[in-house]
Amino acid sequence: MSILVDKNTKLICQGITGSAGAFHTKGCLDYGTAVVGGVTPGKGGQKDANGLPIFNTCVEAVKATGANATMIFVPPPFAADAVLEAADAGIKMIVCITEGVPVQDMMKAKRALAQPKYAGIRLIGPNCPGIITPGACKIGIMPGYIHVQAGEGKSGKNVGIISRSGTLTYEAVWQAANHGLGQTTCIGIGGDPVRGMDFIDCLELFNADDETDGIIMIGEIGGSDEEKAADYIKANVKKPVATFIAGRTAPPGRRMGHAGAIISGGEGGADSKIAALKDAGCHIAESPADLGSTIAGALGV
Amino acid sequence: MARLHEYQAKALLTQHGFQVPQGAVARTPREAAQIAESIGGSVIVKVQAWTTGRKAFGGVVSADTPQQVAEHAERLLAMKVGNFPVTEVLVEERVPIDQELFVSLALDDAARAPVILLSLAGGSGIEDRAADVHRLACDPQTGPDDDQLRGLIAGSSIDKTLHGQVTQAVRGVFEVASTHEARSLEINPLVTTTDGRVIAVDCRMTIDDYAVFRHPELGIEIARELDHPPTLLERVAYDVEQADHRGTFYFAQLNTAAEPDTKGLIGFHGAGGGGSMMSMDAIMAEGFTIANFTDTSGNPSAAKVYRAARTILSQPDLVGYFGSGSGVASQEQFWSAYGLAKAFGELELTIPAVIRLGGNSEDRAVEILQDACAQLPAKVQGYRKDDTPRTIAQRFAELVNDSNAKPWQPRAPRVPGFVGAGTSFAITGGRVWIDSQACDAETTRLVVEHAYGLLKDEAGVPVLAVSEQDAAGKDSEFIACEIELRRAGKPVVYVELDVPGLTEAVGCVAAAGGGN
Repeated sequence: MSILVDKNTKLICQGITGSAGAFHTKGCLDYGTAVVGGVTPGKGGQKDANGLPIFNTCVEAVKATGANATMIFVPPPFAADAVLEAADAGIKMIVCITEGVPVQDMMKAKRALAQPKYAGIRLIGPNCPGIITPGACKIGIMPGYIHVQAGEGKSGKNVGIISRSGTLTYEAVWQAANHGLGQTTCIGIGGDPVRGMDFIDCLELFNADDETDGIIMIGEIGGSDEEKAADYIKANVKKPVATFIAGRTAPPGRRMGHAGAIISGGEGGADSKIAALKDAGCHIAESPADLGSTIAGALGV
Repeated sequence: MARLHEYQAKALLTQHGFQVPQGAVARTPREAAQIAESIGGSVIVKVQAWTTGRKAFGGVVSADTPQQVAEHAERLLAMKVGNFPVTEVLVEERVPIDQELFVSLALDDAARAPVILLSLAGGSGIEDRAADVHRLACDPQTGPDDDQLRGLIAGSSIDKTLHGQVTQAVRGVFEVASTHEARSLEINPLVTTTDGRVIAVDCRMTIDDYAVFRHPELGIEIARELDHPPTLLERVAYDVEQADHRGTFYFAQLNTAAEPDTKGLIGFHGAGGGGSMMSMDAIMAEGFTIANFTDTSGNPSAAKVYRAARTILSQPDLVGYFGSGSGVASQEQFWSAYGLAKAFGELELTIPAVIRLGGNSEDRAVEILQDACAQLPAKVQGYRKDDTPRTIAQRFAELVNDSNAKPWQPRAPRVPGFVGAGTSFAITGGRVWIDSQACDAETTRLVVEHAYGLLKDEAGVPVLAVSEQDAAGKDSEFIACEIELRRAGKPVVYVELDVPGLTEAVGCVAAAGGGN
């Protein structure tokens, strides 16, 4: 099994006619994702370079295509609205790739999504690489070729991967693949301070997924999600979890690229996160280069 | 989070109905004295710097006469906070304080909502009265719960006649933060006065970088977290980022000298948020001091990577250039290789460079970089995704150790002689030069072959095959063409790219023939 996305996922792209949207729509199509169309206001009725239908609104797109997932590439000022538009259209899996969405917009969108009428909607991102179930469905900007489908790794074992960092997700995938581990699903939850799914949401799903034997979790400085995840792991997760925290040497008060990656007011440093995860029984990789061997070792591979 | 100075934040507070001490900002002792004179009586003089603990280092002083104010201002305006000179002081009336309160708002990562912290107990030092601090989670649309807020204030020791004003101030904090999209806003202290006023005596405010674009009223030059006013290089880098939206370029200047007991100051060039951070961890574990934190990612253009490298190499005293990010970048790494090869080549790099180019097209990227830099005085090595950051950090340390190069001094790029004389056409942010005179049939064929269809052979010399308009945005392709011809031993194409402000930033005078 996989989590969240699979062969039955029907994807649209909001912002399909922008350069990034067009480029990655093709990337997802080439990977084998069932991309069924896209949305760009004012361009409804046209087709994109791949022959996919373009709609003015999500509602029209869903009605015509039966889409149940969306990938958002619209510019930052409009991204939060795009999330809510997708939710209003009844799309349950919303993946927002856009970087630079104002934090206040995301807070308001998150608050809106908490209403009962939106129950069951999953938001990933913003500022994330997306989600992939290897061999079945890629939604986002990750390089597909590095992944190994669950069950296809030499060891026969599979991992699920969760990460705040896009680039380190790929690094972890590559490591896992090299150690003969397939991947059930890999999720980049994004580097912004206010985001959709967090570590715990993903841990819960991987923990319940029979095919996922172990979990790789990659955190970074800033915020307290890793500490909260550690508490959750300690109480609930029986599968081995290998973790890496980026930014050990980051100076306080300076943002390290990602908007959420900042140590402020004495909080968000790497050491406390590592200590909490260690205490929760996680296997700590000192370097991302050790992630593969760490999880492989924990799984007895 | 872009920061505002105290006086800027206070100006916003007054727009929203807050009372702040009467005062103004001064840039000279004379101005400071004049402000004190117009206020009359005893005043406070405060350095305007992005730091905490100003009192502790003498950055906040009181004065009774304009003469004293001028003397204090002179001293304060000669101060440095960190490496950065103080350029402004705030001169304000001395407020007759009755009680000191504390109120702050932050967009809380954990709550994913604005959270107000409020202390009504008075006294100094928020740290000392943690027990008295109330936490009010806010609805992002409507702010704090009014009943809860009124209840807290009603139960406090604050003079009853001021309850309305204090309630209004706390709500005001939410409104100011919400209106200007602050990530944090702190009023410490908010005071009640013996003459029945509620006044914001100090204020610190940061703005969400991502929202700065819709707040021109704030006059923020650089929407980046900085603990100092932006440096010249940070301004240059920010302008590059604003002018070219292909991929992202993040640059933060961190150190201008090596920390004691480290192996030296190095240029750091990462790729990808997490990948850059873990690479920084790896190189710092190897015992180096990084001069800057740079991240070019999201499929950056060759031109952007080139400008990033030029910016990094505008800091003096570097002993090496370490480039490493994600090993599995989802971007075509050969573009980065072209950008780096161009920068290293025309600056005639002398210090070792180690670059991890793992990801899409990594073999091609490594070959381009190493081959194009083979003739340089410096050792330039490219690595792939299977080479771990730790391994290449160790390799880098060996190269630096073995290198006899003097620490890097910024220099002007070496520009070929045909620039200014050959044929040329403009592109975005620069100009492409072709040494037509040196183009025999074979060279022209090579140029056309490497020009991505942008150039054609006309009467034996390369000319534009598309309109200047269509060529304008093809800076990366022309950079690739330049590098490929350099590799082929026929350097007849040169892309002259502006990096606005860079020459001024390093005070670098073009030396004839390059080098220095």
